[in-house]
Amino acid sequence: MGMTMTQKILARSSGHDNVTPGMLISAKVDMVLGNDITAPVAIKEFEKAGVDRVFDKEKIALVPDHFTPNKDIKSAQQVKLMREFAKKMEISNFFEIGQMGIEHALLPELGLVTAGDLVIGADSHTCTYGALGAFSTGVGSTDMAAAMVTGEVWLKVPEAIKFTLTGKPSEWVSGKDIILHIIGLIGVDGALYKSMEFTGDGLEFLTMDDRFTIANMAIEAGAKNGIFEVDNETMQYIQGHSTKHYEVFKPDEDAHYVDEINIELSKIKPTVAFPSLPENTKTIDEIEDIPIDQVVIGSCTNGRIGDMRIAAKILAGKKVNDNVRCIIIPATQKIWKQCMHEGLFDIFIDAGCAVSTPTCGPCLGGHMGILAEGERAVSTTNRNFVGRMGHVNSEVYLASPAVAAASAITGKISSPESVML
Amino acid sequence: MNYIGKVLKYGDNIDTDVIIPARYLNISDYKELAKHCMEDIDPSFVSRVKKGDIIVGGQNFGCGSSREHAPITIKESGISCVVAKSFARIFYRNSINIGLPIIECPECVEDANEGDKLEIDLENGTIFNYSNEKTYKIMPFPKFIQNIINSGGLMEHIKTQ
Ligand code: SF4
Repeated sequence: MGMTMTQKILARSSGHDNVTPGMLISAKVDMVLGNDITAPVAIKEFEKAGVDRVFDKEKIALVPDHFTPNKDIKSAQQVKLMREFAKKMEISNFFEIGQMGIEHALLPELGLVTAGDLVIGADSHTCTYGALGAFSTGVGSTDMAAAMVTGEVWLKVPEAIKFTLTGKPSEWVSGKDIILHIIGLIGVDGALYKSMEFTGDGLEFLTMDDRFTIANMAIEAGAKNGIFEVDNETMQYIQGHSTKHYEVFKPDEDAHYVDEINIELSKIKPTVAFPSLPENTKTIDEIEDIPIDQVVIGSCTNGRIGDMRIAAKILAGKKVNDNVRCIIIPATQKIWKQCMHEGLFDIFIDAGCAVSTPTCGPCLGGHMGILAEGERAVSTTNRNFVGRMGHVNSEVYLASPAVAAASAITGKISSPESVML
Repeated sequence: MNYIGKVLKYGDNIDTDVIIPARYLNISDYKELAKHCMEDIDPSFVSRVKKGDIIVGGQNFGCGSSREHAPITIKESGISCVVAKSFARIFYRNSINIGLPIIECPECVEDANEGDKLEIDLENGTIFNYSNEKTYKIMPFPKFIQNIINSGGLMEHIKTQ
């Protein structure tokens, strides 16, 4: 039987000629990732193993991004533990404040992940790198610890769903709308344990930033990973960012998919996920007046330069509504600098937005924009669970940077078109 | 080993943010974390839970973030097992890796009510509900996973290799 992209990578990394869904394999990892929440737990587990070095100093990335720059003493202790571990183990990819960014924006930007890699990370959005044609999946801290010792991870070979994207999306529709549309269609467990493979002639209209956003939220459909077929756009990105060896895997003609879903991109409208699940989607034209208190534009889902440019295009020459706080967080130092040079910060600040140094911050209700009781936010992040951004009785509406920026101006959930007359 | 306990029942899509909210993830003492288990969905959980109790959940239990703090907090609060219709995959592997038994059994979940007494027999692959006196069959774990559980978690398992 033919293999999917995911199955081919898993076969290669586990030393099998062929793998089939349901097989339990032990696979070699090309990169192991942890952050300031998950790595401290992993380090404790690592120490239990009684070994004094990691399997490969170059293949571990430690990114303190969640509660940083540290919001309190406890979180400072956690990063201290990570920092000291990185030093002791001579881990080259530890990213201090000043060089760091949100992990899933940072690793591709630094070229630490390329096509064909097998990446695990103690963070659920590790699936982001599927945009590059890599197999990447979120695991827990004990998995991370085990991989730091052995360089391997146990995995069950997943079944796959094929998403064929066709046609061209309309003007204000981006990767975020596409993935929200898909999650609305299949539900938050619609791809449970499975791999989502994205292909089709519509890919040519998707920037790498769009693809990162889509792969990023595969986990919100319960998937093990999301992966894109590699094309020219991907190759250009990889060659522009990495000197690492890469390998392109194409699905076999007779690869087996448990489901095949066609997505016509031209039909997708700006889409918003209502509280408290990413599957509660509505298209912008179905939404009545919903006043909001805060807008967040950032995160590993939508904190990249393309996202910042769209937000700036909409906010240019306009003012944030008096009833709204608008917080903009470029995901990495490099993106920050790009925003600065392109004059995007002038636009944001003149409009009345606050701009922050890279951090996960409000995305997980950590710091830098916590919601009070009864408040509502439109956010470009990826989860709108109960209490995700603050008080249990606060609400998060997930949207694209375009919808978020438009909503900041009007003070209610709004379509980009409505402010770009 | 059999697990006997009373049911604490929840619905579908119980996510890791309600199992242990991110605002507590700067806490590294597990006992301290356990004081906030299920806080955002059931503030009475901590005062009601007794050692050995069993959480029964619907579909996609444990969805959301990869925080191992979620199964750790559940285990630390005294819960012996989680039975659900289905689990989110990272939560599933985290639970196995830290040695918290978790079982998929949609029929049992369907029938079980808050406060029912369950007995779970992993060896023989059954769940017995004392309240309706029904026995449910459960799928045994694959051998590979059974080995991890028998070793007491993934790190212990690695040490034996
Ligand atoms: S930005 Fe949000 S979703 Fe992304 S890694 Fe940070 S906390 Fe997780």
